[in-house]
Amino acid sequence: MTDTTDVRIALGQVAGVHALPLRALDDLAACGTGRAVGAGTTLANEGDDATYLYVVIEGRVAIDTHTPGDGTLVLETLGRGELVGWSWLVPPHRWRFAVRAVDDTDLVEIDAAALRDRCIVDPELGFTLARHVVAGLAARLEATRLRLLDLYAPPPGGR
Amino acid sequence: MAPVVGPATVAAELAPHPMHPVAYRVARRRALADDVAALDLIASDQPIGAAEPGQFAMLWAPGVGEVPISFSGLVGAPDALQFTVRAVGEVSAALVGLTDGRVIGVRGPFGRGWRLDTEQGRDVLVVAGGIGLVPLWPLLDELERDRDRFGEVAVVAGSRRPADLLDDERLWDWAERTGAHLGLTVDVPAVGWGGDVGLVTALLDRTGVDPTSASAFVCGPEVMMRATARRLLAMGADPAHVRVSLERNMACGIRQCGRCQLGPFFVCTDGPVFDLPEVGRLMEVPAL
Repeated sequence: MTDTTDVRIALGQVAGVHALPLRALDDLAACGTGRAVGAGTTLANEGDDATYLYVVIEGRVAIDTHTPGDGTLVLETLGRGELVGWSWLVPPHRWRFAVRAVDDTDLVEIDAAALRDRCIVDPELGFTLARHVVAGLAARLEATRLRLLDLYAPPPGGR
Repeated sequence: MAPVVGPATVAAELAPHPMHPVAYRVARRRALADDVAALDLIASDQPIGAAEPGQFAMLWAPGVGEVPISFSGLVGAPDALQFTVRAVGEVSAALVGLTDGRVIGVRGPFGRGWRLDTEQGRDVLVVAGGIGLVPLWPLLDELERDRDRFGEVAVVAGSRRPADLLDDERLWDWAERTGAHLGLTVDVPAVGWGGDVGLVTALLDRTGVDPTSASAFVCGPEVMMRATARRLLAMGADPAHVRVSLERNMACGIRQCGRCQLGPFFVCTDGPVFDLPEVGRLMEVPAL
């Protein structure tokens, strides 16, 4: 992915964002560049300015945090087609968690400030992207709630 | 006129009464986890009838009680049977604690299975959660045997921790032999875990199998199956090609006792495997 056309094609091929209107994909591509990173590469640290958001084209990234004594704790992995990052949309625009590539990973790296500027100028684009981000957040919230249930534990009252 | 007595009639007369346990000996016991054991059983005398993937049997631990357990393998069935049991109560704990050579009772087979043969020509998505992988193994064996009758195949499985993934090496071997995509995810990763972290539904986007052309077979905790069904339908899956395996306190196995009733269904005979349109709404009703 070396130019906007390549980025636009890549974005159109991944399931997570291809449902966006074509014009929104064009805007994402205009603010994005292709980036290939090796496994283990840190894409963002907790507390960093959310300068970029990412779309995974191939590979996986981990959302993680750290606690003294336990080291790094992986909270979730994200894969092909998924949008990485919502802090860019929510003030104060700082990463709440760290992001690290699990595998060798191809990404589209999107300039958050440029995309926000486009959203301010074009509220329809802003609403479209906000709705897309919220849909992703809702799916992750539902999954997180189910994980909190300890789903796979033995049922009470078993025989 | 004298009644015609054909092979089917003879077989029916020879089959054990469904309420009479048949003696099976534990040929081999393998511990898969602290509270989970795989049991290979051999019939001591006349075996139970022929079983299909997805069906279950009632296993009787003498002096303790009886529980419904799905077949985890049908290699050599019905003379040889394979079950994987998790200790969740008194009876299942007694089964997990069996040693080689001990004899237990088996009734069955009961219920309606996965019916893979009706889905020939389609892609296949297999979704497992926790111990729910166990009833899917006979389906995976059948898929491997009839691999050329199906399109793309993907298996995704989730568990609490990596150590709770049962037989994951066997699963990787199976995926390599069949060319299937395999995705494993856990809620709580351990050091060195290279798989995914998150709910199993997240992996449905990453299989390479298009749900709109796939038949899905789902087994796990019911809340996980509901979430999986919702995700599959959102991705365009045809509900008529989504099957789920339910468990509802099955006891007699022959729709007589009523303990496994689910709305208009008896899970012991109408299930345990249902087409999603049959039970999708019922699965959302509290206390059913």
